[in-house]
Amino acid sequence: MLSQGMINDIEELLGKENVKTSEADRQTYAYDSAVLPSVTPAMVVFPPTTEKMGECVKKFYEAGIPMTIRGAGTNLSGGTIPDSTDNVVICTEKLNRILEINVNDLYAVVEPGVITQKFAEAVAAKGLFYPPDPGSQSVSTMGGNIAENAGGLRGLKYGVTKDYLMGIEFYDSTGALVKSGSRTVKCVTGYNLCGLMIQSEGTLGVISQAVMKLVPPPQATRALMAVFADMQDAADAVAGIIAAHILPCTLEFLDNNTIVRVDDFTHAGLPRDAGAILLIEVDGHPAQVADEAEAVEKVLKANKAVAVHVPKDAQEKAKLWEARRQALPVLARARPTTVLEDATVPRSQIPAMLKAVNEIAAKNNVQVGTFGHAGDGNLHPTFLCDIRDKDEFRRVENAVDEMFDVAIKLNGTLSGEHGIGTAKSKWLQKETSAGTIEYSRRLRNALDPKHLLNPTKMVEIS
Amino acid sequence: MNNLQALAQRLMTLDDKITACMRCGMCKAVCPMFGASGEEADVARGKLALINNLAHMLLDDPQALAEKLGRCLLCSSCQASCPPGVEIMPIFREARELVYNYLGLSPVKKIIFGVLLANPGLFNFSMRLGAPAQGLLFKKNDDVQKTVCAPMFNFFLGDRHIRPLAKKPLHAIHGHLDEPRKENGVKVAFFPGCLGDKMYVEMSEACLKALKHHDVAVFMPTKIACCGIPAICSGDVKGMLKELQANLKVYKDADFDYIVTPCASCTSTIKELWPEYAARLSPEDQRLAEDISRKTMDINVFMADVLGVKPSEPKRGAKKVTYHDPCHLVKSMGVTSEPRAVAKANPDYEFTEMKEHDRCCGCGGSFNLFHYDYSRKIGQRKRDNIVDSGAEVVATSCPACMMQLEDVLSHNGDPVKVKHTMELYAESLD
Repeated sequence: MLSQGMINDIEELLGKENVKTSEADRQTYAYDSAVLPSVTPAMVVFPPTTEKMGECVKKFYEAGIPMTIRGAGTNLSGGTIPDSTDNVVICTEKLNRILEINVNDLYAVVEPGVITQKFAEAVAAKGLFYPPDPGSQSVSTMGGNIAENAGGLRGLKYGVTKDYLMGIEFYDSTGALVKSGSRTVKCVTGYNLCGLMIQSEGTLGVISQAVMKLVPPPQATRALMAVFADMQDAADAVAGIIAAHILPCTLEFLDNNTIVRVDDFTHAGLPRDAGAILLIEVDGHPAQVADEAEAVEKVLKANKAVAVHVPKDAQEKAKLWEARRQALPVLARARPTTVLEDATVPRSQIPAMLKAVNEIAAKNNVQVGTFGHAGDGNLHPTFLCDIRDKDEFRRVENAVDEMFDVAIKLNGTLSGEHGIGTAKSKWLQKETSAGTIEYSRRLRNALDPKHLLNPTKMVEIS
Repeated sequence: MNNLQALAQRLMTLDDKITACMRCGMCKAVCPMFGASGEEADVARGKLALINNLAHMLLDDPQALAEKLGRCLLCSSCQASCPPGVEIMPIFREARELVYNYLGLSPVKKIIFGVLLANPGLFNFSMRLGAPAQGLLFKKNDDVQKTVCAPMFNFFLGDRHIRPLAKKPLHAIHGHLDEPRKENGVKVAFFPGCLGDKMYVEMSEACLKALKHHDVAVFMPTKIACCGIPAICSGDVKGMLKELQANLKVYKDADFDYIVTPCASCTSTIKELWPEYAARLSPEDQRLAEDISRKTMDINVFMADVLGVKPSEPKRGAKKVTYHDPCHLVKSMGVTSEPRAVAKANPDYEFTEMKEHDRCCGCGGSFNLFHYDYSRKIGQRKRDNIVDSGAEVVATSCPACMMQLEDVLSHNGDPVKVKHTMELYAESLD
């Protein structure tokens, strides 16, 4: 339980305006985007400086108060839902300064609460490029992106958040400041703690600053949209493009259910009778882009594409991609509850995985719409249901269980980009091993002896 | 059953609508209030969670919920960009009605909405009494926006820089106006709105001048009541219905083809909310409200679509003008091109778009009264975008926005004038 003395201390440290203790305020930090029950924290704090955040962590460590670190609260695996009503939520949204954008050395230094899209825009304004673009980028924070190793549409060619993390500063569970990595491309000073902190889901430390790699932007891009009568043809085409040794910067996939619903919402003029469409973008040097677009078109046609569209102008192209970005939210209109999964398989297994998803959905009598990052094997089978209908929700849970079994059998993974949190922790051992779980627990016990940092997430420690 | 349980049960009727929220948090990107405060309870996702919690008896603090619900401009930015399409504004309006009624409306609001705004005669009389006395109370600000401040009334008005009340309100200048149809045969009912009648009389005169120029006959009775939006925002549906009934009476047997208004908030209220709320009146009133709704048009839309007003080429040395999209036009009705066309119709102005032109200015009607600090903070972002555009004039299509823009620009000492698009157009008719 949180003592009044502790509340007073924290209010004095951070200023009253940065501490929320009322029931109503606390209830709005009890959830994130995952379909999981809310847990109301005991207090919510907004450190105005990273130093003060460190002092908070120290105080909470000394008093033995569990902590959940939260950015925008958009993650899909429950990582920012408090473990218990004793938790304090440390919200990083006020730590939102971009400290440096270095155009000569191609890096930027950010505080954890910087919004991803604002960061990408600031970088673009300086003529550089920060590629990771998770679906929640207009609100998600850089700290959250690191803690979840956020992906996005450009994973195939440009990688994900972990590929851009050069250096990190964080507070460990005791409130001590830890630094690792640097502003240099090469750095082998001590353990690579960037690797430890990326996708650590708030369990190993409280991120206070990060050095992010930037890259020169591509000079040219070309987008294509291919329409397929059958979902299997589209999946074969994806495998075909990769087999032709072309890495499009994005290679996205929407199934029919998704196409129709997205078109209803965006009026983007998508082919509503298509079994599937692929949205493809190649980028790079203009000559290379032209060659690759031509090669991609050939592969698409060889794999029974009914039509291949090339957007006429930037506006049409933007509309096309906006349609893809809206896929998940739009599916959510169909039914009250949306269970968004991110099972990922090696690229060559995409056809098998898609087939299995549809069979599993049919067998369990549940609705599913699938879209996703087909180029990197990361699919988003999205189950549409009403959580208030207990029987239906149980069938959805069954379907998800079966789907993970298939993903693992195909040498894939439970989660490509959403994380484990509490939503998927029960399946973790199935994909890894009992030893992996124990190793992770020992790691956590050593670094967090009082079990205070998101203790029930990923591998529970207690 | 205790009262709180009864309130919870009533809020449960919103359950189906609220369940549609998938908590994706996209509303955080567009919410002006969240942009200023950074608090989750200020954004739609947070408010919906709280309404839901009270409905499920997980929150037993209706006062807190009322306060949170009040921290919202009802600008509908969230709803316009809500991916799963949650009907956020109807939920908020209904929740305000239920929760505020449960707690009881403050006596001041009761008088304003239930008595003053519903009784045009009384409202007009009190405002006319007030206007001549203004000279004693208000101090002129040395600004291009021609605002005043009221140091003696700081406790009530704060540090607001507002336009003084007109010396003579529009209805007193024109009396009961009911022109016969002219050559082109079009007749409109001109609905100036409270601000267009009592504060921005020049704007209303500009509208009348343009209508006259196009030979449009005008019906403008003196007994128009408030459109009802302030009462609805305060959860005072009774007050709103009184105002609505007063207005329906005025328009019942009148002859006109369209109702046009220069106020975005009035337009969206008459068009979208009158039929919805008239469902609580007689079937006859409901039919009338629906008929009126169909005939209601933003005045820019009327100028562009009915009268065919078109953009012209700017002259050399034309003044730079930019345009602020009022939420009530852009978010729910999607009106964007017509006001720009009307502004561009005057060749003395050259149009330039500002950044975030459709982001809320922060006025929000009565939001400004109760949350002036946040209103100013939100307004400052708008002001920065206006100034960055390099425009000498910022045009808009809502007097409430005009009031807010004048306040923030005046406070910053900016030489940018605020005008209604119809004022720009009327200037071109000289």
